[in-house]
Amino acid sequence: MSESELPLIILGAPLLAALLLGCCPPLRRAGGPAAAVSLAGILVALAAAGGLLARLWHASVTGITLRVVETVPWLAQVGPTPLARVGVYVDALSATMAGLVTLVASLVQLYSLGYLADEPRSALGRYYFYQSLFAFSMLGLVFAPNFLQLFVFWELVGLCSYLLIGFYYHRPAAARAAVKAFWVTKLGDIGFMLGIVLLWGATGTFDFDTLFRAAGAGALPAGLALYMTLIYLGAVGKSAQFPLHVWLPDAMEGPTPVSALIHAATMVTAGVFLVVRAFPLFAAVPGVLELVAWVGAFTAFLAATLALVQADIKRVLAYSTISQLGYMMAGVGAGAPAAGMLHLVTHGFFKALLFLAAGAVIHAVHTNDMWAMGRLGRAMPKTALVFVVGTLALSGVPPFSGFVSKEAILAGVWEGGLRGPFVLLAVTVFLTALYMFRAVFVTFFGAARAAGGHPADPPAVMMGPLWLLAFLSIAGAVLGSPALGQTLPRFLGAAPAEHGPAWLTPFSVALAIAGVGLAWLVYQRGALAPARLARAFGPLAGAAARGYGLDALYGAGYGGLLAFARAVGWVDRYVVDGLVNVASAGTARAGAALRLLQTGRAQDYLYGITAGVLFIVVLWRLWA
Amino acid sequence: MLTACLLLAAAVFAIGLFGVLTRRNAVGILLGIELMLNAVNINLVAFARFGGTVAGWVLALFTIAVTVTEVAVGLAIVIVIFRVRRTVDADHLSLLRG
Repeated sequence: MSESELPLIILGAPLLAALLLGCCPPLRRAGGPAAAVSLAGILVALAAAGGLLARLWHASVTGITLRVVETVPWLAQVGPTPLARVGVYVDALSATMAGLVTLVASLVQLYSLGYLADEPRSALGRYYFYQSLFAFSMLGLVFAPNFLQLFVFWELVGLCSYLLIGFYYHRPAAARAAVKAFWVTKLGDIGFMLGIVLLWGATGTFDFDTLFRAAGAGALPAGLALYMTLIYLGAVGKSAQFPLHVWLPDAMEGPTPVSALIHAATMVTAGVFLVVRAFPLFAAVPGVLELVAWVGAFTAFLAATLALVQADIKRVLAYSTISQLGYMMAGVGAGAPAAGMLHLVTHGFFKALLFLAAGAVIHAVHTNDMWAMGRLGRAMPKTALVFVVGTLALSGVPPFSGFVSKEAILAGVWEGGLRGPFVLLAVTVFLTALYMFRAVFVTFFGAARAAGGHPADPPAVMMGPLWLLAFLSIAGAVLGSPALGQTLPRFLGAAPAEHGPAWLTPFSVALAIAGVGLAWLVYQRGALAPARLARAFGPLAGAAARGYGLDALYGAGYGGLLAFARAVGWVDRYVVDGLVNVASAGTARAGAALRLLQTGRAQDYLYGITAGVLFIVVLWRLWA
Repeated sequence: MLTACLLLAAAVFAIGLFGVLTRRNAVGILLGIELMLNAVNINLVAFARFGGTVAGWVLALFTIAVTVTEVAVGLAIVIVIFRVRRTVDADHLSLLRG
């Protein structure tokens, strides 16, 4: 099978599963069989993605950079070429991404079997239908050979995200969160669509290949900075960058496996993927790239401070995801897309692990509140172990994978000469270790608190994916470690340099250790009361607890929009419709009155004619 | 003399119109129509007599011929109506009421 046929299998298997589940209600309502169909689809895709990666890897080892673009005409012929084509774009980037998506999706679907075992059968079937649809959409996005196809799948994953956040649609909070996620990301997508259309207007093509060739030849249109900023807006919404990050914490209303797959490992990274995919175009406008880096670094810092004050374990992880997405964006913006992709992959492993482990805890104690947990490490030792592995990876402690990828990004940002973002990101390293170990100490160690139920490690179907992800969180370091030859960045075609200054490694490790130490002092030893710490920061701590008022700001904007909509609705209902109603009612009344004149008796009409003739004659006499 | 003739014609026309408007019997209405048509004939003949042209006579002859056929058709309709409805009262023939 060739490189252009394997992606069709990767795309086709989940699509087939989704169609089966979507079009065959009895199968979907059966629950278990539906899960089997979905799992079969994603496993086939996983195998094919593995095959594709192996093939590209083999080629790259022998020094060949494989890049296959296979398309067929899609939209109607305008001039000599079709308006748009549809197909697959196979290179190291899309293959890597497809591998990550299928792997994490498979593990999450497997884990969900245990996590959602108590759900009604029809709900389970619906869940797996959405899962299959999401897998297909995400893979379609990954393999898109042009902006238009990418946009279509971009919106499809947004739809799946909406459906899965609102999976418990009978809970008002979940329904609200789903709508909020949809609207906030749409805000960015408006810019994305405008950017694509404007770029097409200027260049006449959506194709990456054509655009990249134009970028290579320096033949890009003058307004490129504007177009790329607009396109970047879409990534801001999808990857929860400041100021459109407000939807992601609320998205935690969905089932925890969904948070792991969509709102940590794959869909939210689509924004980063977009910037990496279109990197040659972004590279042509350095100002925009610098904006990407600054926004990313600021997002990383802001979200880390917010994660410090959360009590809900899933919200801690959500803010941490926003923060890490900021890292990726900063890396890409600093001109190191390979470092950003490396962090994307390792983050996919350890954040999925953290979410799934948190899901196991929530499943056991039936609450999200960390302050209601405590000393769970004794009751759930295996879960605690994998959670700590994920935390160490996320905090950037060597030799875990997060250390390697974070190091690569810091080096990239330093080499890119962006001192401001570098400082923000370095501070965030400290904050990341602090808030993650705060979660670890409060949840798994410290004093035992009155948590409901009898917490115990989850069944094997949930534990298996956790072990595998824990292994990957450690082994992921192999992908990017400079000592081992920076495998993934070189596979992605990056220059093998990007080491950063010699002091960088001790510096960042010291920051991480300091964060861990402070968390230990405050939350384990109790040497410093958290309340006193909060007082020391004064109003800032309170503002952080309220998300710095950003939610309130959006709420006010939304309220204003709603009030305006109500006013417009009132005018439409009572003024515009009122006028129409008056006209129609008047016509009907007049008709009813005139109807009385039609007596049906010929003589009455004759009276009318006679009177009319007399009237005309008299009038004529008076005139003349 | 012309004025007298025209006054006569006007009087006959008015009487005919009054009949058409007030009679309830369909046959009476037809008689009224006859009077109105004959009033017109008087006008035509009078103008022909005092105007010195023959056009009025010709038109009057035409009118008489048309009147005859009109009466024949009208009476036939009245008879058919009577057969169907068992009445020729114009007040009861109001099927086209709105």
